[in-house]
This record gives sequence, structure tokens and C-alpha cells, in this order.
Amino acid sequence: MTQYRDRIPLPPPDARRTNMTCHFCIVGCGYHVYKWPENREGGRAPDENALGLDFRKQIPALGIIMTPPMHNVVTDRDGSRHHIMILPDKQCVVNQGLSSTRGGQMASVMFSGEGASRQRLHYPMVFTGDDWVETNWDHALLVYAGVTKRLLDTSGPDQIAFNAFDHGGAGGGFENTWGSGKLMFSAIGTQLVRIHNRPAYNSECHATRDMGIGELNNSYEDSEVADTLLFIGANGYETQTNYFLAHAMPNMTGKSVEKKKQWFPDETAEPAKVIYVDPRRSLTLSVTEHIAGKDNVLHLAIAPGTDTALFNGLLTYVVEKGWHDKDFIDAHTSGFEEALAANRMDLKACSKVTGVPVADIQKAAEWAYAPKASGQRKRTMHGYEKGIIWGNDNYRIQSALVDLVLATHNVGRRGTGVVRMGGHQEGYARPPYPGGRPSKYVDEEIIKGNGKMLTVWATNSFQSTLNAEEYREAVYRRAGIVRDVISKARGASAVELTDLIVDAVENRGGLFVVNIDLYRTKLSDAAHLLLPAAHPGEMNLTAMNGERRMRLSERFMDPPGDAKPDCLIAADIANTLKAMYEKEGNTKMAKRFAGFDWKTEEDAFNDGFRKPEGIDSQGGSTGGLATYDRLRAMGTNGVQLPIKEYKDGKLIGTEMIYTDYKFDTKDGKAHFLPSPWNGLPGTVEAQKKKHRFWINNGRTNHIWQTAYHDRYLPFRRDRFPMSPIEMNPEDAKSLGIQSGDIVELHNDFGSAFAMAYLEPDIAKGQTFMMFGYDNGVVGDVVTDWTDRNLIPYYKGTWADIRKVGTMKDYKRTVSFKRRRFLSA
Amino acid sequence: MTDLSRRRFLKASGVAATAGAALMGTGFANAQEPSPPGATTLPYPREGIAKAGGLKVDVPMPFNYPDPESFCQIIKTGRPVPGGVGPDGDIVAFSTQCTHNGCPLSYDKVARTFKCGCHFSIFDPEMRGQMVDGQATENLPRILLEHDTKDDTLYAVAVEGLIYGRQCNLL
Repeated sequence: MTQYRDRIPLPPPDARRTNMTCHFCIVGCGYHVYKWPENREGGRAPDENALGLDFRKQIPALGIIMTPPMHNVVTDRDGSRHHIMILPDKQCVVNQGLSSTRGGQMASVMFSGEGASRQRLHYPMVFTGDDWVETNWDHALLVYAGVTKRLLDTSGPDQIAFNAFDHGGAGGGFENTWGSGKLMFSAIGTQLVRIHNRPAYNSECHATRDMGIGELNNSYEDSEVADTLLFIGANGYETQTNYFLAHAMPNMTGKSVEKKKQWFPDETAEPAKVIYVDPRRSLTLSVTEHIAGKDNVLHLAIAPGTDTALFNGLLTYVVEKGWHDKDFIDAHTSGFEEALAANRMDLKACSKVTGVPVADIQKAAEWAYAPKASGQRKRTMHGYEKGIIWGNDNYRIQSALVDLVLATHNVGRRGTGVVRMGGHQEGYARPPYPGGRPSKYVDEEIIKGNGKMLTVWATNSFQSTLNAEEYREAVYRRAGIVRDVISKARGASAVELTDLIVDAVENRGGLFVVNIDLYRTKLSDAAHLLLPAAHPGEMNLTAMNGERRMRLSERFMDPPGDAKPDCLIAADIANTLKAMYEKEGNTKMAKRFAGFDWKTEEDAFNDGFRKPEGIDSQGGSTGGLATYDRLRAMGTNGVQLPIKEYKDGKLIGTEMIYTDYKFDTKDGKAHFLPSPWNGLPGTVEAQKKKHRFWINNGRTNHIWQTAYHDRYLPFRRDRFPMSPIEMNPEDAKSLGIQSGDIVELHNDFGSAFAMAYLEPDIAKGQTFMMFGYDNGVVGDVVTDWTDRNLIPYYKGTWADIRKVGTMKDYKRTVSFKRRRFLSA
Repeated sequence: MTDLSRRRFLKASGVAATAGAALMGTGFANAQEPSPPGATTLPYPREGIAKAGGLKVDVPMPFNYPDPESFCQIIKTGRPVPGGVGPDGDIVAFSTQCTHNGCPLSYDKVARTFKCGCHFSIFDPEMRGQMVDGQATENLPRILLEHDTKDDTLYAVAVEGLIYGRQCNLL
């Protein structure tokens, strides 16, 4: 970022322009990267700059988004320095020229060789017992592969644990999920793998998939033409920003009514009604009331964890009223009567459990499922995220919701859908997981002393797991045993060091920890080896967004130092192991590590995504139609998976799934799943009874994920120096707490610190704390309870709160004004 | 000042050479004056904005700075704030074109924040223009003020932060 804050260099007309999909949230906004030599800049006249705009005059509002954080100067490996500017693309149908506060900072997080970017890992690093030192790849790989091989040979694959990414965007992508997956599952063959933000290898959408409905089944455009938008535990303005602004908002204002008339000429076309199911008055609810008018917004403020009861009450009422679609149910589904009987809950009981007035439940049913004035069935878009994903029994809630959606035929028709709104982008292509379902509860295994080597790969489970305090303690304790050994290994060769590490983990309860990442993280504090990775822009990377839109983000600069793409790190590890086995004549094992002869990330892409037979790929059976060249030509709009065909130089994709009513089950029918209301889990109920506050938690608009970049950016760190916790002002007053005070949350599972932020929209007895931050980790007070597939119930957290003290500097530098748009 | 020396100055300060003509046309007396060679600050005009005594608490007053196409507001918050000037240290001024997409901001007296109706960014005038929430990547540009105690005049003297829709704060 430029040192001058009142001017910005413009790209000259001949600046190199490449495509970039935002690194961060699921929405995957389209951007262009401009790159040009440091000693040049474009002029202000329209023909003197690559943007074609006249900067001799004030650009009017909505003319362009171009801010200082969208500019940087980067250093390539040959020492050359270039300006870069990363601007949102108006031609991209996803964001239509909009940038969010997260994507709008992409240029700022690229490696400049200066300032905060020096924090990037440049070279492999080894911990020598009291300090980190840089080393080269050969040495690091000999140790990594050496320990892996010894454990494989003596203890078998299931002592080799991974905490691994599984998504798209930065720290993921089809290339990298394939490379890492092939190493973990095909080559090493371990079951001891956990994903991203959960303690096991599982899907956050097992239920909907079991019912035959993939969780990303419509297009963002469907939100523009739906009659009703029903969001459950989803906070789109903060977490899927440009989905909300570019697609849902035009439906709230009525701007998309003309499109509705064109698409559905015989049907009533009005601005959308909007329903939010959320115990909290979220920022999104507040802003929606402003946009759509309070009369068009209904807030069902359910008691925490009672979603299943709400959906069952709605299902029962809808069927009573005859608003379900009998023809669709008969022709394309199975198990309706059984599910209806199991889920049955009358309005009174539903109201009692959820705390939502009967009249509001009826109103929601009418808005979402009563026939339109013109007589046709309503088109209702159901969007859900962490309220369900991290809710009370993920599998059960999701089943109850999809039962309601199926009964009312809200799949396979434009303007409908039952869709997870998403966190990260997607980009999954891996060999099948070599274990069953449920998979292993990896965190628990580590705590119990199992697993001898742990590779933490583009994730940070110290900030993003449940029962985090106990987990962290176990990892530190066991890693400490290995650290002690390493500290005494003076003059040890790679082989000798391997011997010492293996002895520590085999005989003394140690855990050898390797961290593959962009930066040192909180987890690196427990590690022994760091391997430096690359992110989009430093490598070519493909991923898909929440409407299955796949794009190629093009490499435009070098990674820092010797950092490299994750898929090529996987290949290096596999190739080192292959050579080790070949050297001792073990051809059987050498063969397991074969097939990684990749020179580039494109080789990994061609080996995985483009050869889908026998693997689990989000590209499906037609993935082979996508090539880097074809994707590059499709630009920031890419193609929506699955690809139907390649025709006239274009990849033709799929806007909506299940329009043919062929669902993803053996018989092709969608399956209802009985999902009776089951109350809170005992573990959670016990914490609720003991502690005063419900600790709701999730993301905020400002901070992406574990803040791996954000913690180095003053604009973000100055805003939230510590995890904020929104509290009701009266509750706070009763504890003598003011905004800016540091508070401690504590329960039977642990304690976490946070920065109090008083907010009148938070109900008494409730709070909302930012998830995943490095300074104040909410996972420390989350119970160890999971659903049947080992999905955590992050939202099911109760704790007491005490004031630690006042931080004068927070009060001096942080705004505690209301984040809600409506102030009345 | 000759044309040549102006061009040299502009080059040194990192402003595109085409800025010269536009700068000459702004009509601000200070903009005509050369800055010392090697200066890295832009030659912002010094403009009288208001009398401190004439401002009412919580009633923002619009003005334009550093030129007529740039919309700003000055506000007396009624309590000392970071960067505040005037006898009570409570007067601040900001560009009120949203740093995200340039829409006009309006002041919400209840929340005591500037808000954007386009994409709903919120900024805090009492915390140096910090973005409270929203989609901008920059806080609000601050209009730096000086208070002349002799005649109570508030002068705008510079802008900290890039005004929306510009390559450079001086057109």
C-alpha cells in the first residue's frame, strides 16, 4: 500500500490484466488484477489509464471502487518490483462491480517484501528447541518424510494425523484439495484426518445429501426472483455481502419485479417478503428492515437451539392448510407420511418450545407457503448457514428443514432452493476418505494420546475447534516432549533427528507437529517444522462459489522466498517418500507414493479434477471438459458446475440442479427423513442450567476467518484489537461492564477473554462473540458435544461473565457506536 | 513560477503531469503557490469554513473542500474527541462521500454516526472517521482543521485519506 494516503497510482493502458476471484468468502466476487512496472504510472485522461476513466474530474458515485488498499507494490523473485491494483469487475455477474470490505483489501495482503507482508513464511523453518531457524526444502522434506515413513512402517497410517483444509479460495482450491487428498488418502492412507473447523472428516451437509439434495442447488439469481426469502441462522450482509447486496437486495426493493414478470408471466410479481429465523437481531435483519420496510420483514426470534421444533411446527401447519404439493410428493419423493407423523407438532407446542408467538408462525407459513394471489405455488428461497451448520444437532435440524422444503416443492423451480449460504468457497476433489461414517473424532484421539505426527495444513485448530482449551493443552504438552528432544539434538543429521523424534513419539507420548501455512499462526507455537505455502495470485487456482460457479484465479506474481502451492508441497512429500522406499527396494510402498510427478499446479488439476472417475469431485463426471485455457477464456464469470458441454468456444454450465427432479439417491427420489424435535443435548443443557449467558458466536463483517491476514492490517486490527462480545446494556450494567472493558467468559470447559461491546439489539441473557480470532478464542468455552457425524454445536455455549478490567487504549481507539443500521 | 518548475514539482510529488492544468484551474490562491522542491505533501488550499462559535452541537454543516466537487461536513460533537479542534476540542470534519462507492453520507443524530444508504457503511466522526461497520476498506477521509483563536475562524488545511473517486485529492 502506498505511503501517501491522498493519492494512488493508476495503471497505464498497457498494464497486464488477469482474472482473480476473491480469496475469501463463499460468494467469490470477480476482480481484475492490473500489474505494471514500479517506475511507471498511467495518466488521468481516459486514454492514459487502463481503466478508461477521466480522473481529471470527480468520478461520480457508483462510478468505480478504487481505494488505497486495492493497490500495492510487489516484489517478484527476480527482484523486479511492480505496482498491482486489484479492482472489482463490473462485468462479473456475481458482484457486478461491488467489493466487500474483505475482498476490497486483496492487494494489501499480497507479498510486497515490506511491512506486515514480511510476516509471510519465506522458507521452511525448523524449531531447534528454543528458536525457529530457516532451512531448505531438502532438509525439511527429509525430516518430514523420514518421520512419516518410520511411523508408516512401524505404527501404520492411522498414527499420522492431519488437520486439513477442504475448501476453495485461499488455502484450498481444486489443485490443492487434490494434491493434499491424494497424499493423505491414497498414498499414506490415514483415517486420522479432520477438516478445517471441525474435529473429524465429515460434511456439514450430510442430512440434505442423504435426502438426495446437494446443498448448493440454485443460482444467486434465484434470490432475485423468489417471492419469499427465508434465511435461517444466516447473516448475509456480514458474511455473504455481495450475494446480499447484488442479488437479495434488488428483490427487497422491488428492483427485480420486472425480471419476475419476464420469467413468470402468469404469476403475481411483488417485492419479496423476508423472514429471518435467528435468536439474535442480526445486522442483516436491521439492514433488511431499512431496505424492505419493517412490514415486509418477519423476525422469528426462536429460543437458541429450537430450529427443529420451528420447522416441524411449520410443516404440520402447512399440511393442515393443504399448502403442501401432493403431486410432487407422490411423483418424486418417498417417506412423506412417515416423516410427517414423526415430526408432527401443533402450533401451540411449537410456540411453547420456540418462544415464537403462534400468530408469527402462521404469518411465516403464509408468507412462504400459501398460494400466491394469482393462484400458483409460492417460490421460496431457503438460505441457511451457521445457525444450522453449527446448531443444535446439525443432522436433525437440516432434515427437519429439508422435509419442509420438499413438502412445499421448493426445489427444482427457479426462485426456490434450500441452500447453505456458505463460509469459504468450495473446491473439493479428493480420493474417497478411507474410513467410515462417522469418521474418527481426531481431536479426541489427540487428547487421548493417539496420533504420533500431526500436520496442520492451512487451518488453525487452536482458534477454530470446540473444547479448544483441553485440545490446546494436550497438543502443547505432547509437542513439548518432542521439543525437549529436539533441543538436545546438537549436530544431528536429518536421519539422526528423525530417530530422536520417532523415539519421542513412539515411546514417550510425544506428538510431532508440522504446520503448512502462509504465516506462523497461534498453532505454530506448538510446531516443530513450518512449510511455506502460496495463495491465489502466487499460483493458478480454481474454485467454485455458492452457486457452483468455477473460475480460474490466475497467477500474476511469485510467492515469497521458496514458498510454493500446497499441491506441489504434497508432491514433494510424496516424491521424497517414494525415493526412500525405492532406495530400500520396497516397490509396493514406492508405488503408493507414485503419481505425483507434477511440475505445476495445472498438472495437479489435470490429474484430479479432470479425471473424476473413482474420486469425490465437485466437478462431477464432466470435470474433464474444464481446462485452464477454457476457464481463462470464461473470465470472471467462469462456468457453473456441473459442466454440460463445451460448445462454440464456451463452457456451458448448470444454473439450477434438480429441474428434472432426478435427485441424488439410488432411486432418484428425494427422501424425507423423520426428524422429531429432540431438545438440547444433555451436555449443553447442563451448561445452560449452570450459567447465566448464552454465548452465541460467529463471524463479523470486518474479519475473515482466523484473521490470518487481518491481524496484520491496521484498518482491521484497530477496529477489533480483541474479539468483541456484544452484550445487552442492562446485563452489562448489572456486572459493572462498559464497552471497551475486557471480560472473561467461563464455564466447565474453559475460559475465554473478550472485549465488551454493548448493543441494545442483543436480548437479555444473550451475547454474540466473534468466532475464530487470535486474541480471545470462543472455542475455549464450547462443549465437546457433537452430532452423530461429529459436527460441533458451537452455538450451544453457555457461560458466566466477569469483568476483568478496563482497557483505556481500547476506549481511546475503538468505536463502540452501534453496528446496526437502524438506530431506532 | 515557470511551467518547467511546476512540472518538476508535480513529478517530485508523485502527481501525474496532467494534473497541472486542472490544478491551475481550481482558483484557490494556495494551489498556485509552489511547494518547496522535494515536498511529498500536496499543496492543499487553506479555506475558511466556519466560525467555531457558530456551530451547534450535533448539527453538521456542509461545505466543499478542497474544491467544489468534494462534499464534506463539519460537526461539533459536544465532547472532546480525537483530532477535535476549537475551544472545546470537539470540532471535526470529514469527506462525506462514502469511501466505498462514493454515495453521500448522512448524519444520524441518534447513533451519532455517518451512514451510507447505498451499501450501509457506518462511520464514527468521534473516532477519527473509523468504519463502524460496512463495506469500505478505508475510514472516512479527515479534513484537517485549524482554529484561529483571534477571529474564531475554522480553516480546512488538508485532507488525510483519499477522497472517493479520485486518483489524487487535488483534481
